[in-house]
Amino acid sequence: MTIITLAKGVNMGLRAAMEADPKVLVMGEDVGKLGGVFRVTDGLQKDFGEDRVIDTPLAESGIIGTAIGLALRGYRPVCEIQFDGFVYPAFDQIVSQLAKMRARALGYISLPVVVRIPVGGGIGAVEHHSESNEAYFAHTAGLRVVACSNPVDAYFMTQQAIASDDPVILYEPKRRYWEKADLDESLALEQAAPLHSARVLREGTDVTVIAYGPMVKTAMEAATAAAEEGQDIEVVDLRSLSPLDTETIEASARKTGRVVVVHEAPGFLGMGSELAARITERCFFSLEAPVLRVTGFDTPYPPSRVEEEYLPDLDRILDAVDRSLSY
Amino acid sequence: MSENAAGSARDTAAGRVPPRGSEPELVQLLTPEGERVEHPDYSLEIADDELRALYRDLVLVRRVDSEATALQRQGELGIWASLLGQEAAQVGSGRAMAEDDYAFPTYREHGVAWCRGVDPLNLLGLFRGVNHGGWDPNEKNFHLYTIVIGAQTLHATGYAMGMQKDGAESAVIAYFGDGATSQGDVNEAFIYASVFNAPVVFFCQNNQWAISEPIEKQTRIPLYQRAMGFGFPGVRVDGNDVLAVLAVTRAALQNAREGSGPTLVEAYTYRMGAHTTSDDPTRYRLTQELESWKLKDPIERVKAYLVRTGKADQAYFDGVEREADELAAYVRKGCLEMSDPDPLSIFDHVYAERHPLVEEEREQFATYLDTFQSADGLEEAAAPTGGH
Ligand SMILES: Cc1ncc(C[n+]2csc(CCOP(=O)(O)OP(=O)(O)O)c2C)c(N)n1
Ligand SMILES: [Mg+2]
Repeated sequence: MTIITLAKGVNMGLRAAMEADPKVLVMGEDVGKLGGVFRVTDGLQKDFGEDRVIDTPLAESGIIGTAIGLALRGYRPVCEIQFDGFVYPAFDQIVSQLAKMRARALGYISLPVVVRIPVGGGIGAVEHHSESNEAYFAHTAGLRVVACSNPVDAYFMTQQAIASDDPVILYEPKRRYWEKADLDESLALEQAAPLHSARVLREGTDVTVIAYGPMVKTAMEAATAAAEEGQDIEVVDLRSLSPLDTETIEASARKTGRVVVVHEAPGFLGMGSELAARITERCFFSLEAPVLRVTGFDTPYPPSRVEEEYLPDLDRILDAVDRSLSY
Repeated sequence: MSENAAGSARDTAAGRVPPRGSEPELVQLLTPEGERVEHPDYSLEIADDELRALYRDLVLVRRVDSEATALQRQGELGIWASLLGQEAAQVGSGRAMAEDDYAFPTYREHGVAWCRGVDPLNLLGLFRGVNHGGWDPNEKNFHLYTIVIGAQTLHATGYAMGMQKDGAESAVIAYFGDGATSQGDVNEAFIYASVFNAPVVFFCQNNQWAISEPIEKQTRIPLYQRAMGFGFPGVRVDGNDVLAVLAVTRAALQNAREGSGPTLVEAYTYRMGAHTTSDDPTRYRLTQELESWKLKDPIERVKAYLVRTGKADQAYFDGVEREADELAAYVRKGCLEMSDPDPLSIFDHVYAERHPLVEEEREQFATYLDTFQSADGLEEAAAPTGGH
């Protein structure tokens, strides 16, 4: 057992994948000598060389566009986007090319490209450094979208994303980069939960709280607080945003009859909207209350001195739990 | 991506980015030692009081910057992007502008802001986290700071196209860094400006670094030479020489105003500090490089010239120091007094016209916040909704 941070988990996942397959490349801004602004790629260039850990020019469209070319040539590029808000210059390459090229080629080609994005707020940053843009990509057919919430998942999901023959957007909750957990390194990749599975983190009978990425920890804290009030909350870590593990989600919804979805991203047409619609369509007769959402507001992400007000917190989750129970 | 044969062939070709530490050719009017020199294409007549004013600008701007760095260290700012070492590039270009000209900055143009008359306190809001900029750009013709690398160069070009359509005799100056030259937006801005002959000066502060990436990661030819391929002139100026920057930028702006189209000015300078207060440059660059640039300090050379020629005496320098102290105290006091925004301000200014969803969320959130105040978290705390 080793105690690792979430950042270290991704780092070790990258290292393991690079050791296992010489075609795996890491590319992005400042990923080399600096090891990335969050030090996620720390030490990789030293050990794998500038050929495999590439400091790119400052151009995100270029990062993804050339990663596509490298993938066409048989490489497996792992691209780092420095912050969530800087993925947009690459939006066209991701949405129009990366996502659709396989279908365009009738399956003759695959694009095993991973796009790593540190996501979300809560670190006191300036504009564009705290966004949650997962819905854009989950909305795009051809992309797989996953979000890790803890160091062990970070380690395995990074490797699974790289192993996938489809493009994968891997969201890393930046404010949880320094969270720690025990990693059992003797576990093989095959023993890890499948990439697209959700996980029931805490079993409960009263209300299901579904969260992913940075909000999982908050949801767990809310569940602990609610337990003191005698409320028994089930927490589901979604892990995969596209595709959804509908089986796990629906089983939990049927069991508790009450669902609250939590995410940092704005509510309007967010993941919560899709989950609410699906659960309502599939579990209607098991539900005791409408599916509720606790989300960021439908405004630009605010200045950091008010971000705590913007971000869903324990109180807002508990408030939604109470409302769900009041039906 | 691998080392290849072409690499070495290209390294020796003319126009290759000069190796680190070598002296590139650039327009200079004041040497690092403070000697006035002539340049065949750029002359500068400058009165003694103007010269002293430039010195004062340089000192005050550096002082605002160091005070902001200190405020960040003390937790009063979330982050600060220091302009240390780039004072001459910013003051020289800022003072080259006419009142009706318009500047589009990055996040580091504190010196240009100063020249435009923007209150330094306005700059702190974004870094303190109380707003995203928040000043009225049209008040001083100084646009908001842009954090997304390169985006503002297109805005600058569009603004210049508007000036052109209006028949205005003004020009725009677009600021960006060496790293930014790799962005698609910047290259598109060059093309638009060229095709429409827009009155815009592209002012690139080549401070040799884009966070941890040295200039060699962005280009194989000197940046100013790129202009030729886009169809307009490029010039490289000693970015630590305030006189040369003033002369070169003035000429470029004048050409733009007169209908001769864009110019790329590459101000060759050095980022003396960290990229921002969050950065640790010891991880990627040698102090040796820093030491060699210290000898080219933009302020010292002006001071040396003023002293040697007797254009300023000790009383003058003391006066500027005093003024700098006062300015620093003003910045500090103003920063500490900057209060956190009202939580409900999150919903302000999202749209020009009423938007039902935003209004609904504002009302719900206000009600929710009230429950904490009125009932102190007791029975009434069950709010009707929780945000969304
Ligand atoms: C589109 C985009 N990608 C990445 C970043 C993160 N970032 C902030 S500053 C910077 C380096 C900028 O270098 P340069 O253009 O040389 O300007 P300097 O900071 O040196 O003044 C990077 C990569 C960003 N702000 N925007
Ligand atoms: Mg730079």
